[in-house]
Amino acid sequence: MDIDTQIAEWRTYLTSRREVVTPDVDELESHLRDQVDTLRAVGLDDDEAFLVAVKRLGGIDELTREFAREHSDRLWKQLVATPDSEAAEAGSWMMLGWAVLAAVVVQIPRLVQPDLDAAGSFYLRNAALLVLPVVAGYFAWKRRVPPRRLVVPASAFVAGAVLANAYPYVRFGSTEVLTGIHLTIVLWLVFGTVYLGGQWRVRRMDFVRFTGEWFIYYVLIALGGGVLTVLTIEVFAAIGVQVESFVFNWVLPSGAAGAVLVAGWLVEAKQAVIENMAPVLTKVFTPLFVAMFLASVGAMIWTGHGIDQSRDVLILFDVLLVVVLGLLLYSISARDPLAEPAVSDVLQVVLVVAALVIDVLALVAILGRITDMGFTANRTAGLGLNLVLLVNLAWSAWLSIGFLRGHRPFGDLERWQTAYLPVYLIWAILVVAVLPPVFGFS
Amino acid sequence: MRIAKDLMAASATPIVLAILSEGESYGYAILKRVHQLSGGELAWTDGMLYPLLHRLARLGLASAAWRSPDGRRRRYYVLTDRGRRALEEHRRQWDLVSGVLRGAWHQARSLPAPGMP
Repeated sequence: MDIDTQIAEWRTYLTSRREVVTPDVDELESHLRDQVDTLRAVGLDDDEAFLVAVKRLGGIDELTREFAREHSDRLWKQLVATPDSEAAEAGSWMMLGWAVLAAVVVQIPRLVQPDLDAAGSFYLRNAALLVLPVVAGYFAWKRRVPPRRLVVPASAFVAGAVLANAYPYVRFGSTEVLTGIHLTIVLWLVFGTVYLGGQWRVRRMDFVRFTGEWFIYYVLIALGGGVLTVLTIEVFAAIGVQVESFVFNWVLPSGAAGAVLVAGWLVEAKQAVIENMAPVLTKVFTPLFVAMFLASVGAMIWTGHGIDQSRDVLILFDVLLVVVLGLLLYSISARDPLAEPAVSDVLQVVLVVAALVIDVLALVAILGRITDMGFTANRTAGLGLNLVLLVNLAWSAWLSIGFLRGHRPFGDLERWQTAYLPVYLIWAILVVAVLPPVFGFS
Repeated sequence: MRIAKDLMAASATPIVLAILSEGESYGYAILKRVHQLSGGELAWTDGMLYPLLHRLARLGLASAAWRSPDGRRRRYYVLTDRGRRALEEHRRQWDLVSGVLRGAWHQARSLPAPGMP
């Protein structure tokens, strides 16, 4: 067997380990070939040289363990992989059990109090409070998180429930809507601590990646669910049976709750699928968002119009900025930190800078509205969100430009984003706890 | 000579940083240089160098780039400014420790050397 065949076999064997990726194997191969050349030069034949060179690299087990310690993100991949198909099947049945539990828990308030409307203000405030504890329970069970680590998340869920239901909100007032949105963010991050098994400090990026992948799966399930819902209603209407209110009150809420768990399970069970899909999605959408941003900034300059001060427009821009931040966070979490700057990184910087410009314009518009008409709960929340995003985007732009110019490693950007996560948590807690009393629960 | 595992682990980073401060290099060449500097006494397991190099790159102490000047593709590592500062810091610490050891051994010179009756 010649040396190239032997090296090819060795490569295949090494690549099958999840802890090492292709560039690592390339690097080790060039080392191996250098070593073989040196050994042949002192008189060893091909087989001997190959054997000695491989031996000097170290045992595959120790080597991959060392790689896994340095690249803990890959270690995580290995941990969630279930090679045993029987165990995987048992796992999916357990997951279905938890999904059914979530679907039932969501309906309990309406079973107790039949006059509650599924689209009513009770569910606006409590939907996350009903679903996320079950999701957290599933992951705590799956990861065998020790009960003492669940004390803080459980108290956070209880505190959220007390706050959301003790405040005398005006029905569908802006503070109630704001509470509904921000409480979901707070509880999602609380769930994050359970997802990471209580190790919140070290592996935050894993949770960011999970969130992005979960979102993709959830959207896919929601699309399918939407089609199914429409068809169900139409088919029964054709038979002459009206099922609309049954579907909207019982099937949809339970399905949406169960799907949260199914999507979470899919992220981990179908890791390989999403790993192929997600980087492609970010690569497709980053340039499209860049184009859209540049076009809109260009249009503003061309027409001389700033951002309109009307309420809906400002909300639109806030949503847009949050989407951009999500895209940025997700592409950071999916990127190999060791890879050199590429075209996609340049595009990402353009995206961040364009978003920064839009953010400043939106901020000017909000401040204009506040000086004209004073503070309201919505404007305060909008102002806060814009400031929180402004700080993040400005520093991200600075760090990514430094990375492109070769002054700093990509890891700096990653660390900044994970270090910034608590800021969102604190801001969301402020909106939930402080804003409603300040603005009289309007 | 056998060197204790802890000492090996603690000295690996400053040694690699110091070798990179001589100019850019790649894994195999770094190992050859370690071999040469230690007169063949310091034997690392070859593969273990790479996770260490990746850590230096991740922390921004070195930057990595693929090139193939002689036909073989290799990942070259260059010390960054941050890496140079880290090397200075390591150097101060090691100077201090080795100074203390030298002083203590000088004091102990009157005692019988290890291995003598």
